[in-house]
Amino acid sequence: MEILDGLITWFGDPARWSGDSGIPARLGEHVYYSLLALVLSALIAVPIGLLTGHTGVGGFLTASLANFARALPTIGVLFLVVMAAGIGLVPVIAALVALAVPPILVNTHEGVRSVDPGLRDAADGMGMRGREVLLRLELPVALPLILIGLRTAAVQVVATATIAAYVGVGGLGRYIFDGQAQQNLSMILGGSVLVVALAVVTTLLFAGARRLLVAPGLRAQSATAR
Amino acid sequence: MSAGVWDWSQGVWDWAAANWYFPQEPGRGIRPRLVEHIRLAYASIAIGLALAIPLGLACVRWKVLYPPLLTGVNVLYAVPSIALFFLLLPYTGFSDWTAILPLALYTLVILLPNVVDGLNQVPDHVRQAAVAMGFGPLRRLVRVETPVAVPVIIAGLRVASVATISMVSVASLVGLGGLGRLILSDGFRRQFDAPIVVGVVLVVLLAFATDALLVLAQRLLTPWARRDRRRGGPRRRRRAAVSPVGAPALESTAVAPPGKG
Repeated sequence: MEILDGLITWFGDPARWSGDSGIPARLGEHVYYSLLALVLSALIAVPIGLLTGHTGVGGFLTASLANFARALPTIGVLFLVVMAAGIGLVPVIAALVALAVPPILVNTHEGVRSVDPGLRDAADGMGMRGREVLLRLELPVALPLILIGLRTAAVQVVATATIAAYVGVGGLGRYIFDGQAQQNLSMILGGSVLVVALAVVTTLLFAGARRLLVAPGLRAQSATAR
Repeated sequence: MSAGVWDWSQGVWDWAAANWYFPQEPGRGIRPRLVEHIRLAYASIAIGLALAIPLGLACVRWKVLYPPLLTGVNVLYAVPSIALFFLLLPYTGFSDWTAILPLALYTLVILLPNVVDGLNQVPDHVRQAAVAMGFGPLRRLVRVETPVAVPVIIAGLRVASVATISMVSVASLVGLGGLGRLILSDGFRRQFDAPIVVGVVLVVLLAFATDALLVLAQRLLTPWARRDRRRGGPRRRRRAAVSPVGAPALESTAVAPPGKG
């Protein structure tokens, strides 16, 4: 209960809600890094995944690269880029992109690969060309999986953007590192609660995107299909 | 340019060779960090599996448990690891538990759905055959359902182990973290790139080696899968193992897998 009281006091402090180290500013920074990293990763991973999935070429290479990137320790990437490019946005985004590319890439590739061959035949029969098959058939059918990949990446990025505070560029991680430095438990907890809330909101946004973007027939199917 | 890269990698290699192990000071050097990394990662994975199996069994037996439990582990997964390390410090201090407890809990986000899916995908006719042979519930579970679930559970372990091995490094920020300490204390704080590169490379190699061990374990634990393939019998596509983001095979259970900080 003492912990809860401390948390309520921390959130209730009016100073917490304004200025450069206020919650709105920190939340804004956090969202900005996360969004930037996610958009960049999607721009890298989705086209490659679509292409390798569509052509069937380079599937093994893609999987190996994604596996390699997944094994990379985030702080190692972060510190290496800090030493090469200096403190700032670049190392943070680089580390987050390295984290976000594998799930998007693998899910896009798998999504396109697992399109029912019967559907592809039907598209051929309708006289669709390769490009049309990719954009009008494979992309929409693979969309549920692509969205799951993006959501997975987004939740990881939101949780990991916390590390950005260690190289001094703000975000919600500041509360966690500053809280530890000041031995202020409520501050660490407050920062964590905000990160978790942001992750939950992100998940809900993707659920909404799924409702809006995925064709109704596919939605029903992929909800029950295993 | 290429000569520069060559010199640079030569320098990294020389540093690694010179700092591998100091017999007079067993706590110093790269080797003890690697051993520490293996200890922290493997203990987290083992504890995660030890939690996931009974929880998964409970979720299969009492289906109402599963959705809230899955939501719970997913929310827990969204808590930044560094925050959990800091919050545990007052209780567990600089013992291994500060790193192991959060990492073990994180593995549940992958392992729990895989255990549940693995047990649920046991075909009905197999279960019925076991019943017809007079197997009781416990014997059925141990002799029939668990072995059939092994491939899916190992697929989960592969994803979880890569994620855990890479995440151990974050614990360096609280003074633990195996190879992460090499990256942070010897590398970043001294603005020296060789230890960072060596740390990153060893983490990746350890992840790949562990993955290979798990593939080997799967072959040993499921000899019938190989036999089927040789006979040209129904080829089981190793679903989650082929696409280990956990997403394709686990779409309905919607997990948020590996490698976060």
